[in-house]
Amino acid sequence: MGKPSDLVQGTLDLLILKTLSIEERHGWAIAKRIQQMSGEILQVQQGSLYPALHRLEQQGWIKAKWAESETGRQAKFYSLTAAGRKQLEAETANWARLSEAINLVVREA
Amino acid sequence: MQKLLLKLRMLFRRGRAGDQLQDELQFHMDQQVAENIAAGMSHAEARRAALRTFGNPAALREQARDTWSWQWLELLLRDLRFGIRRLGRTPAFSALAILVMALGIGANVALFTVVHSVLLKPLPFKNQDQLVRLYEANSKGAFQDNVLAGGTFASWQSQAKSFDQMALKKGIVYNVSGAGGQLPEVVYAQTVTWNFFPMLGVEATQGRVFLPSDDRVGVNATVVLSGGLWKRRYGGDPGIVGKTILLDARPYLVIGVLPDWLNYPDAKVQLWTPIYHERSPVVMAMHTAHNLDAIGRLKPGVTIRQATAELNSIQRQIRQQFPDGPVNDAANIRPILDGDVYQLKTGLYAMFAATGCLLLIACLNIANLLVARAATRRRETAVRTALGGSRARLICEQVTESLVLCCAGGVIGLLLAESAVRWLIHARHDIPRADSIHVDGMVIVFTLGVMVICGLLVGLIPALSSNDKHILTTLQESSRSYSGGHAGLRLRRGLLGLQVGLTVVLLTSAGLLLKTYTRLRAVDIGSATHDVLTMEINLPRGSYRTPEQIVSFYERLSDRVRQLPGVQGATVATILPGEGHKRDDVFSIREHPPLPKGQVLDASTFFVDPNYFNTLQIPLLQGRLFQPDERLDHTPGVIVNQTFVSQFFKGENPLGKHLLSDPDGQMEPGGPGLEIVGVTADARESVSDDPFPTIYFPFYSGQERSGTLAVRTAQTPSSLAIPVQQAIASIDPDLAVSNVLTMDQILDYSTLSASFDATLLFAFAVISLLLAAVGLFGVLSYIIAQRTTEIGIRIALGAQREQVMRLMLGDGLRPAIVGLVVGLIASAGAARLIQSMLYGTPPVDPGVYVLVSATLLAVAVLACTVPAWRASRVDPMQALRME
Repeated sequence: MGKPSDLVQGTLDLLILKTLSIEERHGWAIAKRIQQMSGEILQVQQGSLYPALHRLEQQGWIKAKWAESETGRQAKFYSLTAAGRKQLEAETANWARLSEAINLVVREA
Repeated sequence: MQKLLLKLRMLFRRGRAGDQLQDELQFHMDQQVAENIAAGMSHAEARRAALRTFGNPAALREQARDTWSWQWLELLLRDLRFGIRRLGRTPAFSALAILVMALGIGANVALFTVVHSVLLKPLPFKNQDQLVRLYEANSKGAFQDNVLAGGTFASWQSQAKSFDQMALKKGIVYNVSGAGGQLPEVVYAQTVTWNFFPMLGVEATQGRVFLPSDDRVGVNATVVLSGGLWKRRYGGDPGIVGKTILLDARPYLVIGVLPDWLNYPDAKVQLWTPIYHERSPVVMAMHTAHNLDAIGRLKPGVTIRQATAELNSIQRQIRQQFPDGPVNDAANIRPILDGDVYQLKTGLYAMFAATGCLLLIACLNIANLLVARAATRRRETAVRTALGGSRARLICEQVTESLVLCCAGGVIGLLLAESAVRWLIHARHDIPRADSIHVDGMVIVFTLGVMVICGLLVGLIPALSSNDKHILTTLQESSRSYSGGHAGLRLRRGLLGLQVGLTVVLLTSAGLLLKTYTRLRAVDIGSATHDVLTMEINLPRGSYRTPEQIVSFYERLSDRVRQLPGVQGATVATILPGEGHKRDDVFSIREHPPLPKGQVLDASTFFVDPNYFNTLQIPLLQGRLFQPDERLDHTPGVIVNQTFVSQFFKGENPLGKHLLSDPDGQMEPGGPGLEIVGVTADARESVSDDPFPTIYFPFYSGQERSGTLAVRTAQTPSSLAIPVQQAIASIDPDLAVSNVLTMDQILDYSTLSASFDATLLFAFAVISLLLAAVGLFGVLSYIIAQRTTEIGIRIALGAQREQVMRLMLGDGLRPAIVGLVVGLIASAGAARLIQSMLYGTPPVDPGVYVLVSATLLAVAVLACTVPAWRASRVDPMQALRME
């Protein structure tokens, strides 16, 4: 079942931040969005998603508010804070560097 | 900042946040179900599938909660609840443990309060680490803390470069006589150099402090009042500055009032006068009259060592200039605070160490009891470990429990300490800075620290002793009723041995101090001490100008007092036996060959009236006593004591020999000298010092205006206090007396610290002995309970009951004997540390050591006999059936 190690360590934060950079979403929508954008390859497990969301909230990178969802129920919507936006930039750059490096190794070796 | 807010919100609204988390997850779940239904599943199927992808919702909730970072607090609260509940289940044990900790912590906090307030807390002056106390010293180390001579101070002040400033102070008493019907009063005062206040950075709250122009001979007399005197005697009169008050019947102009907080050198100081105005310029220029306290402020960056070296070299030169008189050849410097409290240090630190031992013993004892409890819970622990409870969690639980014990003990202990400190201030009024002793923030911090350390110590010992490495063995083992595992037992024996060792150290130290005290009290000081009333009289300079006036007053006083009913004798002298060493002067013997250059003879100086020896029952050995009409001017005779004779007239008849002595600078050098007319038995100046060679001068020479009146009575001496004071008032109504005490009280006072230290340490030792006994009893009972089956088998196989008892007794006594041996060795070391507090008792006193060993063994045997006897009564059938 869903352990954080299903995804490359630390990339879940990046994915969540990225997803939220476009608009505020609730947890379900975030998971769906990641799944959809990755061509159904990345399945975010709830066991990873909610602890990650709460951690990011504690870090002050995202903030949450309760609002009516598309189905008319109350849902918790997350959105990016200014600090989160900065963090997203940093993590994006970091990811680009890392994946490039891994690519280099994988191709050359 | 926002993060913190968020965290705090999470802390205080955890319940609501938990509900919201639940809603959030439920929403996600419903969405999943809805999607599944949309994909064509039935409702039930969709729900099952959703649950499958969802995993364990409880675990998920826990993981999300983990990120709120208050998890530890929730755990702590839970442990706390468990701990309190578990302690509540054994209320007797818990109450006892809390009481023991309260006593231990309370004693420590009380002593810490005293040590902190008296020895450590800085004086309230700016840059007080630059302030030092200056002493004359002997380069051979004979004495290090001699007060200064005025001439020496002047030389140091003009030559030393290490100091910003140097100032003098000298305690004195004044008669503040009544203006407008006020009662006369003797007040304690200080004469100081003008720069005393600027050096300390003290400013007047009204008026001003002294100027250089006030601090010299021949100018108008000025006085600065303490805030306390101003409020008390002058009712806080806002116009006091500029008024004139009478001190010793002479007018002084009040120039200022000092702030209330000033309590240096003592909170008792009521007023201040300028020293060079008050004292004779001749005395202030002498290098031989040592009677002034000097303080100084070091220049920034100058160390005490450098300053001492400089003063040493100055003092060496002074000595070369005056090779004959009692002039010192070295200097000594102490930090200013040290100067007031260094005599107390050993005693206070010894007491503090004793309370530390007591607390350690208390902790060990409770740890020991908890080890036993941990052992009974081995099965529970093993089961929990087997189910996946982490060792850290178990240790946390144990430590939380002991922290609860120690915190409860600490809070009660703090309250105990508060009253203990109040009692201590009352009991030890001789402690300097007693007014600054109180429980403050630092003490609270100390208490918290002690609580936490004790809690950890008490909790970790049993927690670490329950080893979870052999869960299986434990689970199997605890299904049977024998063998409690030997690691725990070894630990308990070790703890017990340590406890006994510490107890032995306390017992021997207390024994040595008690012996010191009894030795001190057994000393015969050589004079009458029972039923003697004393009081100090200080004749004001203003109204008693000539020796004739002084003598006539004291003669009339003696006559009046002697006529009071019940009086058996009355005398006036500058010092009484047992009052301590007050004054000595140098002399030479006319009939002896001159001494080598630089050597002088020295003896104590007493001025006594003709009735002194009869009243105080000091026997005359040779010659005669002073005659009532004897005055220095026409019959220059003196009396010496036995020690004087054995020291300076070995094998000679001292009578008729002449002493060249100059106690008041009134004799011409090279004169005929003073004839020795009598020799009396020794009377000690203080109980703890051997008799000092003494010269008695006639008090009726009239040079001394202050004296102590001693009245020997047939009835209770204090009942005469009022009649005697009325007799004084009938001669001079403006004269106040001070220190009305019986001679027994004076002696009690001089042994106060010895009796106090001995009593306190003895109390600590008894408490720790009790704790050790309880520990021995507990451990042996536990061992025997564990071995009941074994004992049953032994008896069934034919072991004699006496044998069993001996076996068990040996088992229990072994840690006691190991502890005793270790403790005796440690005591020898501890005794050396308190050597300076001992009198007539060697640090390794065989009597004390034997007594302590016997006591300890007796108590240990007593504590072990009951469980051992119970073991020997075990019924083998029953013991075996318990299987």
